[in-house]
Amino acid sequence: MKRFIGFIQKEFYHILRDRRSLFILFGMPIAQVLLFGFAITNEINNVDIAILDHSKDATTKEIIAKIAASKYFSIKQVIDNEAAIEPAFKKGHIKAVLNFENDFSKKLISENKATIQILTDATDPNTANTISNYTASILKNYQGDLNKGATLSYQIVPKTRLAYNPELKSVFMFVPGVMTVILMLVSAMMTSISITREKELGTMEILLVSPLKPFQVIIGKVVPYILLAVINAIIIVLLSLFVFKMPVEGSFFLLGAESLLFIINALSLGILISTIATSQQTAMMVSLMGLMLPVILLSGFIFPISSMPLPLQLLSNIIPAKWFIIIIKGIMLKGVGIEYLWKETLILIGMTLFFIALSIKKYKIRLE
Amino acid sequence: MGISVKNISKSYDKVMALKNISFEVKPGELFGLIGPDGAGKTTLFRILTTLLIANEGEATVAGYNVIKEYKSIRNHVGYMPGRFSLYQDLTVEENLNFFATIFGTTIAENYDLIKEIYVQIEPFKDRRAGKLSGGMKQKLALSCALIHKPKVLFLDEPTTGVDPVSRKEFWEMLKRLQKKGITILVSTPYMDEAALCDRIALIQDGNILEIDTPEVIKNSFPKRLFKVKAAETFKLIQDLGSYEQTHSAYPFGEYIHFTSNNVDFNAKDLVQYLQANGHTDIEVNETAPTIEDTFMELSK
Repeated sequence: MKRFIGFIQKEFYHILRDRRSLFILFGMPIAQVLLFGFAITNEINNVDIAILDHSKDATTKEIIAKIAASKYFSIKQVIDNEAAIEPAFKKGHIKAVLNFENDFSKKLISENKATIQILTDATDPNTANTISNYTASILKNYQGDLNKGATLSYQIVPKTRLAYNPELKSVFMFVPGVMTVILMLVSAMMTSISITREKELGTMEILLVSPLKPFQVIIGKVVPYILLAVINAIIIVLLSLFVFKMPVEGSFFLLGAESLLFIINALSLGILISTIATSQQTAMMVSLMGLMLPVILLSGFIFPISSMPLPLQLLSNIIPAKWFIIIIKGIMLKGVGIEYLWKETLILIGMTLFFIALSIKKYKIRLE
Repeated sequence: MGISVKNISKSYDKVMALKNISFEVKPGELFGLIGPDGAGKTTLFRILTTLLIANEGEATVAGYNVIKEYKSIRNHVGYMPGRFSLYQDLTVEENLNFFATIFGTTIAENYDLIKEIYVQIEPFKDRRAGKLSGGMKQKLALSCALIHKPKVLFLDEPTTGVDPVSRKEFWEMLKRLQKKGITILVSTPYMDEAALCDRIALIQDGNILEIDTPEVIKNSFPKRLFKVKAAETFKLIQDLGSYEQTHSAYPFGEYIHFTSNNVDFNAKDLVQYLQANGHTDIEVNETAPTIEDTFMELSK
């Protein structure tokens, strides 16, 4: 046991003396959460639009006022002919143009129908879509106000409720994803690099010719990173709680236990990589390409799994991150307990045991 | 309790690194493996330190079989690999402490064994190992390999890249360790260090050429040896190469070591030949063979 503690102490010296890695280790989660939380979002706020009003009557003015009052749009430009639309888009600031037709009020009263053209800049399709949806719903609201008191024979009114994230905050979607990516990175990449470093420096040769047992070396390598990963997980949860007001509806204990499970899963993957890779560079490349990309692309973090082609959907099942994201979304947003998440948890446990068994089998007690 | 190697062969893919090697190291002996780079010295060390498995043959270290009882060997040997293999970001003292701990001992417990070596680096005990000079690194590595009082010490080219003064000190330390009953197997490419071992094995291309005491090996040189010198060394080598009585001619320091294929060789004939080829300042003197001469002769 004393030997083991001596080994862990040495690992901490390595980690604490490598200032650059330490900075990355703790700087990265904070930077990523803040980046995803503030900068990278699907919401639209204060989008610059232009108005082309051919009627300039009471109704159009009222509609424009409504649009200007919403926090989603700010009217940057008023143009007075079709020819000016193109240059307005080309300058790049304007994301949409609302084009009101001639005699808007008159037509509305006489023909019961008037048209607004919504032109959006679809170089960014998501934003374009969101803009047209938002505009349409503002118009629908206005129409509702107009029809108040009037009797319409048939009417279907959809009432939508957005459960678990009523404000559609994209940070709610990103935090679980970022947490998964960070834990994977810290645990898998850092351990695989730290083990391969011993191989590269030749110290593994001395460790092998010592009474330390292989599992002591491996566990000794892993323990410090468990601690670092747990600290990172706590930082991320605290940031999302206090900076982004993201709720944790479920139990903190379950969240902690599941995170620990995922950390151990990632660590066992890291060990597995280090048994195959012979240099730090390979370990890093394998971790980045083999783990990070699938975690980001196939886990449902950014792209919904249900809209992927079937082969990719099947592939996503073997990615531990997919199951962990389901689990933390469930705990943080839906507030569900283990009774709903036992299946995902079992899958993660199974994967972890598999990786550990495989690394023990692959671990070499000699140089060949 | 020493080392016993019986018919060991080892190949990597198609290259035979060791070809049917056998030798014995007696307990308490300082045994040298002498040979150039690529001779198979490191492979042999790795087999004996249980890091590699030989394709054929058997070996025991301190009485333990290198394959079946590898765990016992790992408890009782000290190993210093050819490349500096300590933690560069740990200080001198932390490195030593770490190795003491993983072998289940403390610096204090075995301090007397490493004392003479460690006192020399103790003033720098708070310095990171990566910032030490070559000689100090070797001393620290030796201290770390000794801290658990091993029965057998394996030193793979411990003096490569170390200055002459530190090399001399290092060998003096090995002599003192030997007196404490530790069996030492050391490899080196430097022939001058061979004379300091009790017995040596000359090794080349995975074959052992000769095993004996340095004295016997030196005296086993089969021919009369001459050292030859002239003003133009390069031309001298070329001309000796085309001389009909030449058996061998190797540069050796500022001289060329020369042997003849003629049993009744007369140095005057050579001087005449060289003068005829326009050489000046010619010196031809008989000299005592060294281990390097024997090695060159054996590997011919």
